[in-house]
Amino acid sequence: MNAIEFRGVDFSYGGDFCIRGLNFSVGEGEFVAVLGHNGSGKSTLARLANGILRADAGEIRVFDTILDDKHLFDVRKQVGVVFQNPDNQTVASIVEDDVAFGAENVALPREEIGRRIEFALRAVGMEEARKSTVARLSGGQKQRVAIAGVLALKPRVMILDESTAMLDPRGRREIADVVLRLNKEEKITVVLITHFMEEALLADRAVVMNRGEIVMEGKPEEIFARSEELLTYNLALPRIGLIAKSLREGGMSVKDTLDIEKLADEIAEEIVCGS
Amino acid sequence: MRIVAEDLTYIYNPASPFAVKALNGVSLTVEEGEFFGIIGHTGSGKSTFVQHLNGLIRLPSSLKKRKRPRGWKNIPPAVLKVGDFDLADPKTDFRALRKSVGMVFQYPEYQLFAETVKEDVAFGLKNFTEKGKAKPTDEEIAAAVKDALHVVGLDEGIAEQSPFDLSGGQRRRVAIAGVIVTRPEVLVLDEPAAGLDPLGKREIMELLHRIHGDWCKTVVIVSHDMDEIAENCTRVAVFSEGRVVRCAPPAELFKDAASLLALGLDIPLTAKLTLALEKRGISIDCDYTMKDFVRRVLARKGGGQ
Repeated sequence: MNAIEFRGVDFSYGGDFCIRGLNFSVGEGEFVAVLGHNGSGKSTLARLANGILRADAGEIRVFDTILDDKHLFDVRKQVGVVFQNPDNQTVASIVEDDVAFGAENVALPREEIGRRIEFALRAVGMEEARKSTVARLSGGQKQRVAIAGVLALKPRVMILDESTAMLDPRGRREIADVVLRLNKEEKITVVLITHFMEEALLADRAVVMNRGEIVMEGKPEEIFARSEELLTYNLALPRIGLIAKSLREGGMSVKDTLDIEKLADEIAEEIVCGS
Repeated sequence: MRIVAEDLTYIYNPASPFAVKALNGVSLTVEEGEFFGIIGHTGSGKSTFVQHLNGLIRLPSSLKKRKRPRGWKNIPPAVLKVGDFDLADPKTDFRALRKSVGMVFQYPEYQLFAETVKEDVAFGLKNFTEKGKAKPTDEEIAAAVKDALHVVGLDEGIAEQSPFDLSGGQRRRVAIAGVIVTRPEVLVLDEPAAGLDPLGKREIMELLHRIHGDWCKTVVIVSHDMDEIAENCTRVAVFSEGRVVRCAPPAELFKDAASLLALGLDIPLTAKLTLALEKRGISIDCDYTMKDFVRRVLARKGGGQ
């Protein structure tokens, strides 16, 4: 059974089609990274998957439940979304109140909410901040609280829509660790929308979107090795890819890789062999 | 305008249990014409420092007596000068200073507010008239807005649109245009490229180079992105726990990668590759820009020196 399945989905914001005839599926327990330049339809995909937006045509299923008006709230309980700006997603001033917000709104019993808060904060490594003021946390910590708020609903799928874009390198690492752990230990299906190639590397599979369609799909390493193709979709190469490309243009036979050690090996070979 | 800071200390919530020393004796000089970088961890004092540069945070000595924070006498006297503006002097015209030192905050696109792009960009110009000078006429404003939009690479047709209908990258450009429209001599940007996709990042950095020189003589950026720093900056100051612990051109700074890593800071990719090659017995002496790194590696191809 697929966690998320799009079949022939169209969507437009009123003008041109933003998503066109999209077929996309995410297996249960899978970790998928979605890449694409601004306006490629990545965020629309996230919003369609938990019913914030309604598809114009086609069918979206979440664990075999068709996403329609009747099942909208069932689906939302299963699919949690974390957005870009942590400040826009916190509603309460104290961490535990914020985490409880979603759970309170689906009218869970009080004791259960307490357990969920504990579980969610432990999962994101913030149990010590339970009574802290949200406003006094760092960006990475705030975003972990936002994730905990989603986790308290025990979703089976978690979509992160550029959730690390506003964080500093340390905050990005914190979130990446949490997401990876949720996927591996809690078996939560993850869809990670990101601009950071290093984060996409954590995924089992990566897809590249362009003009509302999926244009590349495969293991993240394979996708990044197809550097010329990435450029045609307006995606900048990761820096290491740019360096490898320039070296090739200068006559060195180095392969595309995202591994610094590998590239260093290849450069070393070229330098030492010739001498 | 040259920026000179000597022994700058700043305490948030002084004389209270919540007192935090954000700056602890910062001394730093930025020469006119530099593309200066400031790096350091979250909480190292970078933002507190740059907020001093246009008087958003004032030195106690520049405030009226009754506005000075409690316990200010315990703070050692500091020097802070931006060009001819003496920021320790209460007689300084801070409005004129703010016109000369443009400040672009993190995520400036969240500060857009007007109904049209044109009005938003014009706001600073309308409100920064110096004491005793005539307000700019509508024609002058229109011309200045047009120039500013042009230099940030936006089409003139956008001027009548609502800024909220634009893409994130475009909105950020509008916000930058709204700051540079007063033709500041110094432009300070806090994380100008954060949150953009790689292409958007590149475009913003290209835009800053276009502004740097003719439009704004000096550019100061705060950044977490070491590649960005290595590629663009003339010199870099490293902040840690409210102090400047290093200040050097990137070529020098990143040679000592170990000390940056010890501070928990990242190093640029070119520096990582240089280290990896060193382990393999190959030393590449580059300035850590990608171009120079590639050139020097290629020169060594087949055993060349």
